[in-house]
Amino acid sequence: MPLAWLAYAIAREVSAPGTVLGADPGEAVVEFLGEWGIRILLLTLCVSPLRRLTGNAQVAGVRRMVGLFAFAYLALHFSAYLGFLALFDWALIVEDLSERSYIMVGLLALIILALLSLTSTRGWQRRLRRNWQHLHWGIYPAMLLGLLHLWWLTKDGFGDVVLYGTLTLVLLGERLALSWYTYSGGERKQ
Amino acid sequence: MLISKPADIAPSCITSETAFQNRRKFVQTLGLASGVALLPRAAGASLQEELTPERIVTSYNNFYEFGMDKTDPAAHAHELTVAPWSIEVSGEAKRTGTFALEDVLKGLSEEDRIYRFRCVEAWSMVVPWRGVPMKTLLEKFEPTGNAKYVEFTTLKRPSEMRAQRSYFSGIDWPYVEGLRMDEAYHPLTLMVTGVYGKALPKQNGAPLRLMVPWKYGFKSGKSIVKIRFSAQRPVTTWNVLQPDEYGFYANVNPAVDHPRWSQAVERRLPSSLFSPNRIPTLPFNGYAEEVAYLYAGMDLTRHY
Repeated sequence: MPLAWLAYAIAREVSAPGTVLGADPGEAVVEFLGEWGIRILLLTLCVSPLRRLTGNAQVAGVRRMVGLFAFAYLALHFSAYLGFLALFDWALIVEDLSERSYIMVGLLALIILALLSLTSTRGWQRRLRRNWQHLHWGIYPAMLLGLLHLWWLTKDGFGDVVLYGTLTLVLLGERLALSWYTYSGGERKQ
Repeated sequence: MLISKPADIAPSCITSETAFQNRRKFVQTLGLASGVALLPRAAGASLQEELTPERIVTSYNNFYEFGMDKTDPAAHAHELTVAPWSIEVSGEAKRTGTFALEDVLKGLSEEDRIYRFRCVEAWSMVVPWRGVPMKTLLEKFEPTGNAKYVEFTTLKRPSEMRAQRSYFSGIDWPYVEGLRMDEAYHPLTLMVTGVYGKALPKQNGAPLRLMVPWKYGFKSGKSIVKIRFSAQRPVTTWNVLQPDEYGFYANVNPAVDHPRWSQAVERRLPSSLFSPNRIPTLPFNGYAEEVAYLYAGMDLTRHY
């Protein structure tokens, strides 16, 4: 849905520049995609706890789809930065990556998510067996790196960082508590 | 003296009809005010760059007292009361105390100046400001020989400035900025009272804001309520918050890198998605000829 809005906004940008995306549309597009990317990534993290809560096993397939959406948004976010802000000026991009750690951290998160997206198919799930689960816990470091990216780029007004950070910590806490419980005797009960 | 030929600006560069008419008025003003001709040429009146449309100048703002988004100030600044307004003057000056805005401005002649405006976030505008030369305003208070710096404080009124009520801001309100006396007295430095020939909109810092065109935008404090002359360098808001990012001087300098944005280039607004209007940033925002002498012998990579 947000993508549909963005497509409309970009279309309007062609016909009537500045009307929907404002005076600095490059910045606006990058921000929009980044923000929605983080939100959808958070949503991805919610799927498994929701499954445990409701006992509905069908949500596993939803999780893959939501996760892929998050990756798509964030890949577009990075592409929009490359195209609309850096204008494919590779010298500038190299400078950004080496001097501006928030960009490096964001790219790192994106690389993790790319790896997870690549291995999200059933085939890879089978091939990697137990390791698949371990690999896909990578979504937590990716989320944390994403938050770090947002935190470091924020000049002031840390409301978003606090909100998304709190949600992430709650979800991560739930996950850790669960595995701790499983390791320390929870297994025997099963 | 370029200032005497403002006709260099093609009428087509000026967006609205009212602005065009203002230009007429402004040409007349310039013609009448012969004193203006003594100013260095970059008084900016002859800047041959396209003006940023008024709509953008008054709707795309950083005024964190009203919110962090660029559209927040235009959306929320109407909550601010700007009349009556008074200025508290203190420190190393003979005339100190609280003065009504009208008294502060009385007898000073307003001028129209077209300046480049460069934000540290790597976007820029070209804005037709109206204001009084800072020097003429400050001299009214007869600063003493001890005055080496001047500090400007923005209004703190959480009841009308909603972001000052936010729990998620790191800024210790009120917003404080400052200049060296010689910077404040430089003929380019303006105390702005209007833009595009009209009274300054609240989102742009009504009723009184600084404009120091060779410095990044955050140096130009808005809605000023206090002026303090001092012997010591003022403690300024962003400099305290992130000293490695925002220096006291904050002169526009493409050679000094910033941890967040490359300062080598800028997006001149309006920027559009498919023609971003990116231009190289000039040292001192293009005013090097006029102001570089102020910093002779200083290591600008250290005093950024």
